[in-house]
Amino acid sequence: MAGEGILPLELRGVRYAAGGRTILEDISLRIEAGPATILLGANGAGKSVLMRLMHGLLAPCAGELLWNGRVADSGVRRRQAMVFQRPVLLRRSALANLTYALALAGVPRREREREALAALREVGLEQVAHRPARRLSGGEQQRLALARAWALHPEVLFLDEPTANLDPIAAREIEAVIRAFDAAGTKIVMSTHNLGQARRLGDEVLYLHQGRLVERAPAERFFRAPQSPEAAAFLRGELPWS
Amino acid sequence: MTSTLEDAFRESLALVAGADPALARIVALSLAVSLSAVAAASAFGLPLGALLAVARFPGRRGVIVLLDAFMGLPPVVVGLLVYLLLSRAGPLGELGLLFTPGAMVVAQTLLVLPILAALTRQIVEDAWVEYEEQLRSLGATPLRAALTVAWDARFSLVTAVLAGLGRALSEVGAVLIVGGNIEGVTRVMTTAIALETAKGDLALALALGFVLVALVTLLNAAAHLLRRAAERRWG
Repeated sequence: MAGEGILPLELRGVRYAAGGRTILEDISLRIEAGPATILLGANGAGKSVLMRLMHGLLAPCAGELLWNGRVADSGVRRRQAMVFQRPVLLRRSALANLTYALALAGVPRREREREALAALREVGLEQVAHRPARRLSGGEQQRLALARAWALHPEVLFLDEPTANLDPIAAREIEAVIRAFDAAGTKIVMSTHNLGQARRLGDEVLYLHQGRLVERAPAERFFRAPQSPEAAAFLRGELPWS
Repeated sequence: MTSTLEDAFRESLALVAGADPALARIVALSLAVSLSAVAAASAFGLPLGALLAVARFPGRRGVIVLLDAFMGLPPVVVGLLVYLLLSRAGPLGELGLLFTPGAMVVAQTLLVLPILAALTRQIVEDAWVEYEEQLRSLGATPLRAALTVAWDARFSLVTAVLAGLGRALSEVGAVLIVGGNIEGVTRVMTTAIALETAKGDLALALALGFVLVALVTLLNAAAHLLRRAAERRWG
């Protein structure tokens, strides 16, 4: 099995409901290794839930998810990471937040600090390694969350509106880190409702509308000529983008 | 009457200022009993509360409601129950604990345990809402996740323990019933205040009252400062 990737991820007829409300209906798609995938859609379209299903934080009510033909096991879970809209950091130093994640990932103790520092350097946070994580600025906290993901060397990185709570400058810094992930060969799956960001980072777009996948297209074509009326209306409504 | 009060007041201040041996012994026993009880209650209450916060099982809601209700258990009722357990005819009578400090520790432990467990449950559950997905994403087992969350909430948990200590130090019903307020053996601050007031020795009662209020105030201030300092240090 060595060297074999966990992608593609295939969803077949996935449905999710909670509290009597259907949130996702009949989602079938394949996520391939390579190009960055952007999930677009209005608030409440089901982007976050879809990512949580893919990452295994939620279980579908119907349908199945297959990673390279297999149901996710702990080995598959270990090769993916997720960064949330609001970074969840522990009350300890920035460095200790990373070594904690590395410990959970089974990295031997003597290697943790070196790997954690390397990841902090990657996102430009080595100078705050020993500061309490929750005392960092919002942008720094999110970069720390990205460093934590980076330290795990995931094959797939899920990002749920990672810049939604940040100012434009901090958001650009986050985007630069995401681009570095992408360049290093990590598969990016990101939700956003910032169209400018979607254009800058996305290679392909999945457009969700009221719990259904209504369009899937290369990013360039999606923004130039959306095929579905829902996506076209969304793009008109969201213009001008930043 | 006014002069009696004035005398009592002046005398009580002298007792406190001079660290009167009888007063000191009573205060020391109070602290020993209540600290032991809170230590014992913490050993069981903190894990119990944390477990209740993260575990999901049928009837969980009911257990939580019951626990929250038990936070307000009347000390005299707890005292009565422990008295029945420890009395010579009771199931644990052979231990010979009744009217010893040991019995008082048992009673206060039972009194404080629900308070600590209920507060811990609330604190850890609030943190759990925030951390759960991230910790699961990182691959933490439920036990590891619960420990991580409890450790992250450690400063709030300390304030819960201090609240429990305040409750133990200031209750009178439970220790009076199972301890018996025997001078030099089971007399603590609250039982002494009750007895000395009844006997008319207002000076000692007042002096103990001052010490008790000062201790409880100090505990609350400590809890407050600790939280603030932790907030500033760790965010």
